[in-house]
Amino acid sequence: MKNLFVYLEIEDNKVAEVSQELLTKGRSLANELGCQLEAVAIGYKLSNIAHEVIPYGVDILHLFDDEKLTPYTTMPHASILVNLFKEEQPQICLMGATIIGRDLGPRVSSALTSGLTADCTSLIIGDYEDKRNKKTFKDLLYQIRPAFGGNIVATIVNPENRPQMATVREGVMKKAILDEDYKGEVKEHIAEDYFTDNDLAVEILCRQVEKAANNLKAAPIVVAGGYGVGSKENFELIEELAHCINAEVGASRAAVDAGFIEHDRQIGQTGITVRPKLYIACGISGQIQHLAGMQESSIVITINNDPEAPINAIADYVITGTIESVVPKMISFYKQNSK
Amino acid sequence: MTYKMIVLAKQVPDTRNVGKDAMKADGTVNRAALPAIFNPEDLCALEQALRIKDQFPNSTITLLTMGPGRAADVLREGLYRGADKGILLTDRAFAGADTLATSYALAQAIKKIGGFDLIIGGRQAIDGDTAQVGPQVAEKLGIPQLTYTESIESIGEHSVTVKRQIDGGVEIAKVEFPALLTVTAAQQCRPRNAKFLMKYKRALTPGESAAQGKEPYPMDNPLFLAEWSVADVGADIVQCGLSGSPTKVKKVENIIFQAKESRRIEDNNQEIEELVVELLNNHTIG
Ligand SMILES: Cc1cc2nc3c(=O)[nH]c(=O)nc-3n(C[C@H](O)[C@H](O)[C@H](O)COP(=O)(O)OP(=O)(O)OC[C@H]3O[C@@H](n4cnc5c(N)ncnc54)[C@H](O)[C@@H]3O)c2cc1C
Repeated sequence: MKNLFVYLEIEDNKVAEVSQELLTKGRSLANELGCQLEAVAIGYKLSNIAHEVIPYGVDILHLFDDEKLTPYTTMPHASILVNLFKEEQPQICLMGATIIGRDLGPRVSSALTSGLTADCTSLIIGDYEDKRNKKTFKDLLYQIRPAFGGNIVATIVNPENRPQMATVREGVMKKAILDEDYKGEVKEHIAEDYFTDNDLAVEILCRQVEKAANNLKAAPIVVAGGYGVGSKENFELIEELAHCINAEVGASRAAVDAGFIEHDRQIGQTGITVRPKLYIACGISGQIQHLAGMQESSIVITINNDPEAPINAIADYVITGTIESVVPKMISFYKQNSK
Repeated sequence: MTYKMIVLAKQVPDTRNVGKDAMKADGTVNRAALPAIFNPEDLCALEQALRIKDQFPNSTITLLTMGPGRAADVLREGLYRGADKGILLTDRAFAGADTLATSYALAQAIKKIGGFDLIIGGRQAIDGDTAQVGPQVAEKLGIPQLTYTESIESIGEHSVTVKRQIDGGVEIAKVEFPALLTVTAAQQCRPRNAKFLMKYKRALTPGESAAQGKEPYPMDNPLFLAEWSVADVGADIVQCGLSGSPTKVKKVENIIFQAKESRRIEDNNQEIEELVVELLNNHTIG
């Protein structure tokens, strides 16, 4: 009762990165709340899952193992969660803001009439005062997310209804194994007791999944380097900045053509389109073909030694200086000021 | 064959181009100054319905929107592009609804419309980006959903087969009617049709007719846009609007933009540290 649940996304019998990140976040929130961390795995042939996830500090792992549960379709997974949650009464449920999480989360929240906040960028425990009804709620989940096209940041709470549900994008939280020998309990459920044949309304005729070499498309922060970075060695500075602020590395075509970085990181008309909340363009002039792949970024920072570089026209912040000088400063100030 | 389709549409502020004139002096967005538009992915939903109608011309498309009176604009916009009918769900009691209360109201209206094969909506709206209303409506109606649909591959007597985006790829999925689809921006909507524009530009809701001092159109007139209230759709008022919304907004912080009127930062320790701290404080990084 009143525990924190994480829905595990499983592809090819492996637990998705985002779910591992949520287990890590879930563990720390559960510690703060003094409750247990529970995980739910729904799929087929799940025998290795316990070994994969319990080291994140999972106290109870619920397994629903049935041939009919893979590949993922909405309704059987939703029914299992809804019925399980009716029994277990969790206080919080976290899911990835992936296509699956954004398909499943609302269906479950609707069935349980519980509140759901999509694409949270931060989750914090705190109190809430309902001034109108003069009520105070202790230890709620603050679900913090950008809204309104990234122009505002809203803190959402679900005072009354349970579970408090939130989705989080991949790469927003950091993952970390808690203890390889963590002792967690595995509960194997009879899956068929939790869904009906009516739930099998969708038939998957064919499926094509390609492992992306990188997560550039969905990354909330992108640090991109251009020809102005100057060399493959200097490009390591770009990578270091990206690593440190949890961003993905992108590039202009000129940087790719010069051999600074592999082609699958090219952003633009003939590359990938990204819409991160923050785009840091380093040594990129801003030709239209490049802009085509990044102009919907919410916030753009440019670092360029030419104060008149065309990319500055779409920038929110223009830093005038060389990569060699500016990027190391950003790295060290980030390290000094972030906890 | 003919299909009865309902397209869900939302009127949204155009958050994609927050230009200088939409910024208040304090650097926050002046929402009232943003143009109100037909949510882009809902237009894509309309396009999918129109493609089915192209193939099966006796099919019908009913456009359903919830919003204030001025949201009737999206109904007219839909008629210009080929929808058959528009319904505006409007009532003070719907105000302040989160996605759950919105989906409850829409589901009630859909039950009143009844007898549909397909409900099609955009994947998400650009003002909230939640992608929740579609699946929640499907759940409330107890029907299957296929979200992130890129295209309709084929449509049969009792079922539809779609290509949909999945994490890291695509799949082909088949579902029997009635079902709900949400569609991505993979296929853009056709432009307005000049003939329809001439025909429907005087389409009005009863409320609009009254405001212009006119008799409302009779219900069977093609220019009649329906206007439904909480009572009309038999909704439980407690489940509508603010009171039907489990999520509450605790706090809203404006991201301070100098609307693409960029801020200049020099390459020195003080200015760069200030920038990094600002980005940390407003949750942009970290
Ligand atoms: C059909 C077509 C498709 C294309 N598709 C794409 C595409 O998908 N993606 C893409 O990116 N391009 C594409 N291009 C190429 C595009 O036109 C540009 O040539 C390219 O984007 C330029 O890359 P750049 O900005 O890195 O290089 P440059 O234009 O050479 O700019 C380098 C910048 O770095 C700055 N600089 C130099 N030294 C430093 C320093 N030490 N510190 C800081 N700044 C410095 C300079 O001031 C300059 O602004 C395409 C072109 C065509 C014709």
